[in-house]
Amino acid sequence: MTLREILEIIEGKTITENINLDQEVKMGCGSDLMSDVLAFTHQGTVLMSGLTNPQVVRTAEIAGIQAIIFVRGKYPPQKTIDIAEEKSIPLLASKYTMFETCGRIYASGLPSCGVFDLTSHQWDAKFTGDE
Amino acid sequence: MSIFWELPKRLSMKTEKEELSPKITKLKELTYEIKIGQAMTKDVVSVSPDITMCELREVLQANRISGTPVVENGQMIGIISVEDLINAMGVCSPISTTNNREVTSASQEKMTMASVRESMTMTSVRENMTTTPETLFADEPLARAVSKFNKFHFGRFPVVNRQEELVGIITQDNIVSAMLKHLETSYYQEESLIYPTDRILTDRILEDLIADEVNLILRYHVNALDFDHAGEASSKLKKTLIRLGIPPQIVRRAAIASYEAEMNLVLWGEGGELHVKVQPDQIKLETFDTGPGIEDIEKAMQPGYSTAPEWVQAMGFGAGMGLPNIQTCTDEMELESTPGEGTHLKTTLYLEANASGFLGEGATRGRETNPQAFGHA
Ligand SMILES: Nc1ncnc2c1ncn2[C@@H]1O[C@H](COP(=O)(O)OP(=O)(O)O)[C@@H](O)[C@H]1O
Ligand SMILES: [Mg+2]
Repeated sequence: MTLREILEIIEGKTITENINLDQEVKMGCGSDLMSDVLAFTHQGTVLMSGLTNPQVVRTAEIAGIQAIIFVRGKYPPQKTIDIAEEKSIPLLASKYTMFETCGRIYASGLPSCGVFDLTSHQWDAKFTGDE
Repeated sequence: MSIFWELPKRLSMKTEKEELSPKITKLKELTYEIKIGQAMTKDVVSVSPDITMCELREVLQANRISGTPVVENGQMIGIISVEDLINAMGVCSPISTTNNREVTSASQEKMTMASVRESMTMTSVRENMTTTPETLFADEPLARAVSKFNKFHFGRFPVVNRQEELVGIITQDNIVSAMLKHLETSYYQEESLIYPTDRILTDRILEDLIADEVNLILRYHVNALDFDHAGEASSKLKKTLIRLGIPPQIVRRAAIASYEAEMNLVLWGEGGELHVKVQPDQIKLETFDTGPGIEDIEKAMQPGYSTAPEWVQAMGFGAGMGLPNIQTCTDEMELESTPGEGTHLKTTLYLEANASGFLGEGATRGRETNPQAFGHA
């Protein structure tokens, strides 16, 4: 799915300059927990987040996140924008909540990052009885 | 950040003629291409021989240097360093003439700071400096500096022109910075020419490192609670690893582990050091801090365990997944901690293709569980 398609689906706006809207993202992740972003994403993920501090961009850079969408109409501080420009990570804005932003994009066909061992072990232990 | 090459011991035993053989590798080639004058620090702080050791201390501190040339009438007549300063402090001690070390250190303890300072005002740089220091010529190749650092274990060498006038000073950091700068520029040039060969080029540089048995060591200092710069060390590390031609999936794992470890230094370790050693077959990533330490390591390793206060959570940290993330991303992990003393994290990532790790099992499972995951896009 391209960033252009995503912008249409969420009726979103761009924050950083000179974004190549034809770039493809492969999957999506919605999280406000930086460690979860690091643990549960892959290269080429678009991140939905309600946090707008510069650490979100740094985390995205480390995790190889392709673009970030700030939800609930939140506008990031200038420092965040500066770092994103420097690292060439596109920032987008959505006026919808985290739930609706993710829901719209997922329903349009963008997959999630899948289930990871780190958490599925716990799931199996608690709910399915086999480890 | 400081970077230095750990030079193979055999390098110092080779003659220069041997090193110039046709089998010379890219890195060694570079040490012959770059001149000492290009790599050295040009703005040299120098001192007069007649200032006191007390004044010297202020000069060293103000300029954040550990040694400096001594110049009189435009001529360099010696070099003086922090070690000389420490030695001078010993000499100034009233009972320092005794051979009994215990007595000396005990009496030094009793000596007040004021009396040390007073005695330091009575001894001059001239009395404590090293005369006729080893120097290097600015127009010589960097290789000369490399062999001199191998031979003498000094922190720095003054650089002079052929008229013996002081023109600069060179440290091991200067050498590696100059080499990395050259590597970087040659990358950009070749990248824009033929993009697909870029990987081959980076592979070759890593092979050069391997062939040379050179270990690249990257050192970063991380400040406590400095959220403006938190993560920068790992960001720089990621770039350097890419530049060295490490496979992207391994770079991503190393960067994630390093970032989590860096955040732990920022948040919990009261700051500390991040050291990364790139070897031909593995990357070793370590952190050291002298913070509060960890009471119960087993507990700290559990996914979801965190002592983070609310304001840390509000920034998106403190999910208690840092240490588990580090474990998943690395092939070996060792966490040592002594409450009240500090924490030492040691991890290793193998550079072999089939090493287990972050995008091994976990990702495969992700693909199976969610068949859409990779097919769509
Ligand atoms: N370098 C360190 N010094 C002291 N305590 C640490 C250090 N690293 C981790 N800890 C402790 O271990 C806990 C778990 O760490 P981690 O798994 O990284 O989760 P988080 O950082 O999200 O709390 C931390 O909350 C902290 O109490
Ligand atoms: Mg942590």
